Amino acid sequence: MNVLLVGTSHRLAPVEVRERVAVDADRAAALAEQLAADGEAVCLSTCNRTELYLATAEGDEAEQRATGALADLAGVSEAELEPYLYRLEGEPAVVHLFRVAAGLDSLVPGEGEILGQVRSAYEGGAVGPLLDRLFRDAVHTGKRVRTETAIAESPGTTSSAAAALAAQVFGDLSGSRIAIVGAGKIGALAARRLIKRGAELCFVANRSEDRGQHVAAELGGTSVPLDRIRQAIAAADIVVSSTSAANYVVAPEHVNERRGRPLLLIDLAVPRDVDPVINELPDCYVYDIDDLEAVVQETLAGREAEFAKAEAIAVAEASRFRDWLATRDVVPVIASLRERAEQIRCGELAKASGWLGGLSERERDAVESLTSQIVNKVLHEPIVRLKEAAVAQERRGPENRVEG
Amino acid sequence: MAEQLVWPVLFAYGEAAVAYAGNARTPGALGRFATWGVRVGWLAQTALLVAQAARADGFPWSTWAGSLNLFVWLVVGAYLIWGCSPRFRLLGLAVMPIAAALLAVSYVAGGTETSTTTAWHDVLLVGHIAFALAALAGFTVAAGLAALELWEERLLKRRRAGILQLRLPSLVALDRLTVTTVAVSLGALTIALLAGVARMPGHSLDPLIAGAVAAWLLYASVLYLRLRTGRRALAARLALAGVGVVFVLQLGLMLTHVA
Repeated sequence: MNVLLVGTSHRLAPVEVRERVAVDADRAAALAEQLAADGEAVCLSTCNRTELYLATAEGDEAEQRATGALADLAGVSEAELEPYLYRLEGEPAVVHLFRVAAGLDSLVPGEGEILGQVRSAYEGGAVGPLLDRLFRDAVHTGKRVRTETAIAESPGTTSSAAAALAAQVFGDLSGSRIAIVGAGKIGALAARRLIKRGAELCFVANRSEDRGQHVAAELGGTSVPLDRIRQAIAAADIVVSSTSAANYVVAPEHVNERRGRPLLLIDLAVPRDVDPVINELPDCYVYDIDDLEAVVQETLAGREAEFAKAEAIAVAEASRFRDWLATRDVVPVIASLRERAEQIRCGELAKASGWLGGLSERERDAVESLTSQIVNKVLHEPIVRLKEAAVAQERRGPENRVEG
Repeated sequence: MAEQLVWPVLFAYGEAAVAYAGNARTPGALGRFATWGVRVGWLAQTALLVAQAARADGFPWSTWAGSLNLFVWLVVGAYLIWGCSPRFRLLGLAVMPIAAALLAVSYVAGGTETSTTTAWHDVLLVGHIAFALAALAGFTVAAGLAALELWEERLLKRRRAGILQLRLPSLVALDRLTVTTVAVSLGALTIALLAGVARMPGHSLDPLIAGAVAAWLLYASVLYLRLRTGRRALAARLALAGVGVVFVLQLGLMLTHVA
């Protein structure tokens, strides 16, 4: 059995192609079932990738079937789809899946959604021993990367930096309320990021009522005129401001006493909207565009190191998987060794049954147990050596093929 | 034989302290070693305490060294319950070296032996001491949480660009944990004081009782400031400052109440 991957992703295919081969969970499960006719199959389909993982003994034929399935989904010929496809076999396929689960192959590197998607694909797949272990290890790799590196906490834009800072202050953002001051695109984008993390919009304070109502309707809040900004801020935990006003729009007198409730003010406007003096008020934290840029720069600098760490984890986990597979190869040998030893043990006991006949049942059980223990102890060392030799041979193997 | 359990405990706590230090420099796999060090060490110490309790005729931690052993177990237990996760590794870095050092002191002074002969049969006194130690352990952990909260507050106020890299717990989570820890510990201290009063109703006010009452008032004011007036930062400062009172009380408790 060999691990085979045929797929397409944002790296090769434009969205027009990706959307044609994308399938929902039910169809992915059906496709996996169909492809796993004489092996195992999992279909991982997200908005950025559709990948078919197969565990099969017949490489070329399975590859043809998978390519054909993707072409059918896209509604084009295999030749037309060919430029957008990649095929990996053996260890590269394993490393690829582990990198995907870790978010290293994502459009936004480090994003966390992919791990859940890998898990769902696994749960809906037609898995046997090989893909079961492969996907469980992939999920484990994704978790390890997120626990042991800061890759998921590296915002690459000012709006994602704002969302990450909000999470730093409030933790889980569900229940946190946002007020938008100025209904521009930048503010709405930042608010969307926060909403995606669980926050909810309460007010949009804007000079133009029409525009304010439009944004409020889109994001689910209430539009208020700019002169009711005090009311909007009082209700909010996070204020996102992005007006084109020449002077400060949010002044200290607009901020009520917070009584221990933190208030994060994200000022995306140039010139600034939020009077920096507010940062001196208890429980108030003001971040302007320069501060957010600095956070982005800092995290981008740190991201390279985090990426290297995450890559190392993916490779190490792939290596562990390869070792497991190598030991799996010797399982039949071990089983026959045990079987033969058991035959000998039972045979010898049968031969001695004449003089064992005088023993009580308890004594006979003791003899059974004793002989079993002796056989297990004798076999322990050779079995361990056998597994070690298989791992060593796999590591030395020129092709580094991952087969089971 | 059971007293030999102190070695795995010391080793695990020491390993956790070293791993937390390493993890603070470069966050990564060491964090997991630290967490497991805390868990394994605490379980081993639990086994040690159980062995001590099983062999003693009454309250087995009646010496100051024994009470120190119990105190360490309570501190690490409080840390395990409230904060033993990757995001609280800096709290672990504060707690675990102290725990390892105090346990070593307890061991040297014989607090981890299982052949304790001196024992108390006075339930009220045992309750008084046990709850007081639990309260002091909780206040110690609360001080660590408050320190972390104040540090994060400072980083946020100064708009430090690298704050996300530190992977700290959120400010709100730290605030909630500090308040919860203080509240639970204050409850324990209240029970300890009530048990003390019930045991010796006519006892005059000595410095230790005055200190305990002062600690009670201090931590009650922490809760009042935080929950009634919303003075979060001031409450955290008081919770941090309270650790001084806690150590004085701990010292007083060990020198006066136990052999």
